[in-house]
Amino acid sequence: MIATNRERPRVLLYEGAHSKPIDPSLRRRLVPTLLDRGYTVTRITENAKLGNLGHTELVVLGAFEQQPDFDSDTSVLKIHTRDIQSDTFESLLEYIEGIAAGVSEARPHWKPWFPVIDYDRCTNCMQCLSFCLFDVYGVNQDKQITVQNQTNCKTDCPACSRVCPEVAILFPKYKAGPINGDEINQDDLRREAMKVDISSLLGGDIYSMLKDRSMKAKSRFSKERDDDRALKERKRCLDKLQNDIDGLDIPAEVLSSLPSLDQIQAKAQQAKQRAEQALAEQALAEQSPKPAT
Amino acid sequence: MSEKRPILYCRCAYAKVLPEEVKDQVLARLIDSDQPFESVSDLCEMSARKDPGLVPLSQQPGLRIVACYPRAVKWLFSAAGAPLDSNEMKTGQIEILNMRIESADAVCSKLGITSSDLNSTQASDPSDTQASGAKP
Repeated sequence: MIATNRERPRVLLYEGAHSKPIDPSLRRRLVPTLLDRGYTVTRITENAKLGNLGHTELVVLGAFEQQPDFDSDTSVLKIHTRDIQSDTFESLLEYIEGIAAGVSEARPHWKPWFPVIDYDRCTNCMQCLSFCLFDVYGVNQDKQITVQNQTNCKTDCPACSRVCPEVAILFPKYKAGPINGDEINQDDLRREAMKVDISSLLGGDIYSMLKDRSMKAKSRFSKERDDDRALKERKRCLDKLQNDIDGLDIPAEVLSSLPSLDQIQAKAQQAKQRAEQALAEQALAEQSPKPAT
Repeated sequence: MSEKRPILYCRCAYAKVLPEEVKDQVLARLIDSDQPFESVSDLCEMSARKDPGLVPLSQQPGLRIVACYPRAVKWLFSAAGAPLDSNEMKTGQIEILNMRIESADAVCSKLGITSSDLNSTQASDPSDTQASGAKP
């Protein structure tokens, strides 16, 4: 089970009724430091309501004249209130970290690299499911493509985004647009379509041809579409793409960790079957009469 | 007096995709203002973990999110089961400010943080110009 942010106490800077403003220099050091360490930090002022984000513990910091009084759903929270008027940055940090140590277990490693699907653009074509060798994608109960195993995703590898004909797969931490979520223009669409074409040549495991692909290219592809040959060329071409066409941008470590050709073939076949099955089920569902409501 | 729509600031703590100067300056000026705000370590992390805390955050009327590309933010929330209201995004009731491409000045201006909003203690305190990102 994936742990949540709520395992760390939420830190509240209280500057509401019956309190003085917190020393600005302290605020300016404390907030970024806590955020960089994974805390959620909230600041409330007069008449502000504290929403419940589900944390089990809340640390309330303030220069209090009386006990803080704020409107919140705190029924499930354990509240640690601290008047910080005689605190230093270091003593406060130690205090907060001490509370965190008491309530949170070691957080599982989190990898800031995973695909996010833009469903405004996704056409459910299943090319990503078919292409990815690491089972990152799957289909949900509605037969819609979804990210099922994001931790399988290879860090810094945006290849599935490159093969998506609709530029519907984002990696928010990626360096460049449109993969990072930047707006998409026609040049992007043309460039991405070209890369889909190339990816088809490489793997032989993407079954949907692009609509706008030229007949000449199709003819060349059909001559070269020998499974063994295509698979043998996969690594070589991926490497070449890196340098030649601002290509798939697959990290060297991912390339070097690719499975054997036989394994790639088996995985590609499995992925293709899953995609075909999902598409067939999707088509069946669309053809079935809808129950009267 | 600036309006007090809720603000959610993302620190993007786990990758260096936001310009450090921009995210530091925006945060410093937010801290120095009189605005209440929520700030999280990394929206991507919360989305990846499907943090339920994103649900109440997403449901705040008039929310302004200070993070990165709007398309990315929209689908990060969606992936976590906390979709942002599409209509409110179209009408600008939910606003996403992009620290990847906008300057700190532009972001703060859209947040309504002006020098007059700075906390009076800070406004008279010239000793912390470095922390606030301002040049002496």
